[in-house]
Amino acid sequence: MRECEYSQISTRSSTPMETPYKKRTPKKRKWEAFPGRNKFYCDGRIMMAKQTGVFYLTLFLILVTCGLFFTFDCPFLALQLTPIIPVVGGALFLFVLGTLLRTSFSDPGVLPRATPDEAADLERQIDVANGSTGYRPPPRTKEILINGQTVKLKYCFTCKIFRPPRASHCSLCDNCVERFDHHCPWVGNCVGRRNYRFFYMFILSLSFLTIFIFAFVITHIILRKWLSFMRQTHTPAGCVLAVVVCFFSVWSIVGLSGFHTYLISSNQTTNEDIKGSWSSKRGKDNFNPYSYGNIVTNCCAALCGPLPPSETLNRQLFTDRLIPIPVLFIDP
Amino acid sequence: RCSAPRTEATTCRPPFHNLQELRHSASLANKVFIQRDYSEGTTCKFQTKFPSELESRIERTLFEDTVKTLNNFYAEAEKIGGQSYLEGCLACVTAYLIFLCMETRYEKVLKKIAKYIQEQNEKIYAPRGLLITDPIERGMRVIEISIYEDRGSSSSSSGSSSVSGSTAR
Repeated sequence: MRECEYSQISTRSSTPMETPYKKRTPKKRKWEAFPGRNKFYCDGRIMMAKQTGVFYLTLFLILVTCGLFFTFDCPFLALQLTPIIPVVGGALFLFVLGTLLRTSFSDPGVLPRATPDEAADLERQIDVANGSTGYRPPPRTKEILINGQTVKLKYCFTCKIFRPPRASHCSLCDNCVERFDHHCPWVGNCVGRRNYRFFYMFILSLSFLTIFIFAFVITHIILRKWLSFMRQTHTPAGCVLAVVVCFFSVWSIVGLSGFHTYLISSNQTTNEDIKGSWSSKRGKDNFNPYSYGNIVTNCCAALCGPLPPSETLNRQLFTDRLIPIPVLFIDP
Repeated sequence: RCSAPRTEATTCRPPFHNLQELRHSASLANKVFIQRDYSEGTTCKFQTKFPSELESRIERTLFEDTVKTLNNFYAEAEKIGGQSYLEGCLACVTAYLIFLCMETRYEKVLKKIAKYIQEQNEKIYAPRGLLITDPIERGMRVIEISIYEDRGSSSSSSGSSSVSGSTAR
């Protein structure tokens, strides 16, 4: 087997940041040296934002409401109406939970920060372009043409890269995220290229679940009052609680689903919509260069498009070495 | 099998024959970064402009072929069509659990790319004292090409010393 230890290749470091690291450190994974403000679990398999309190609240609300529904309403409804109701409810519940966890735990599409060599190379290019005027240099931007539309790429001072189009820097997580939509505290993560479809499926299925539970708990309450052989007429407190939670959440969740359906059909991110990047108010010729032109293709592209793997490569072994070692010598 | 050209007296080509020798007798001189080409949107595509630092090291056509092939691979990975829809729908129906046991098409293509880059390094770039880093290692932002110098030779890459007669492996 190829050796894991290899002799140091001497290098003329171009920046003072590059320090040859000679001491034999125990095998460390990349997530342990991650520069952003993320939290990792299960040895780098799970990646979340720093503040996860609201995520636990979301989980609690969903579990408690569904728990109340299955405990108090489903036995009655299964007997009086049809057992399909708890089955559908159960399937919806599992789908909601699955998509929520997938949204919260996956890498949203974080762009790894530039290596010192890359950063130095970019700085050199910028200096050449700006010239040394002695004044404070203007904010670094690069204008490019995408499908005929002018787009400005901004330089990120934290990550030391020119952000790709549609990427944005999340100040909460301190990362640049590809196709940044927004940072969602309810899922405890950013929503970006890699987890947008899970997020959309989550809010869509949660809308259905909320409406489903709301409708059937109301049905249960009404049926109880009507059926004459039911001696007790008081409704369990659990039902009332479930109705209250559903009533308050259905407006916001259904509203959010509708909003994101609109975004998907026009191939925009929340970020772009809020800033009005492609609005015609900005200019007569302003248009969205990423849209495929028709709603169906936009939807399919967003939901069924290819899913790129994580670029942060969290579970790979960490190395300070910035010189590429010929692939033959790396222990996979 | 080819022998190092004796007639190119203006270029100082280190006599590397394979990656093994590159490791033992080379020192890193410089790095060139091929940036992304966003003219067609956010799809992964790299610029095919030939960097000036590589002019004395490798033929333009070889370099352009490598970058064009890589671009084609990435286009294949990100293609939206019948197969990707099927994969997406199947994944959605199984609540995305299917990804626990199945490899996505993107991952399959990335493996092909890794193999291709290794092959290119072995056959074309290492003999010329260059090394390509897989873009995935750099967050798909750049193709990093490292330029190596023979440890024994002078630090400047442009020299007029003739290459000693050496045969490739």
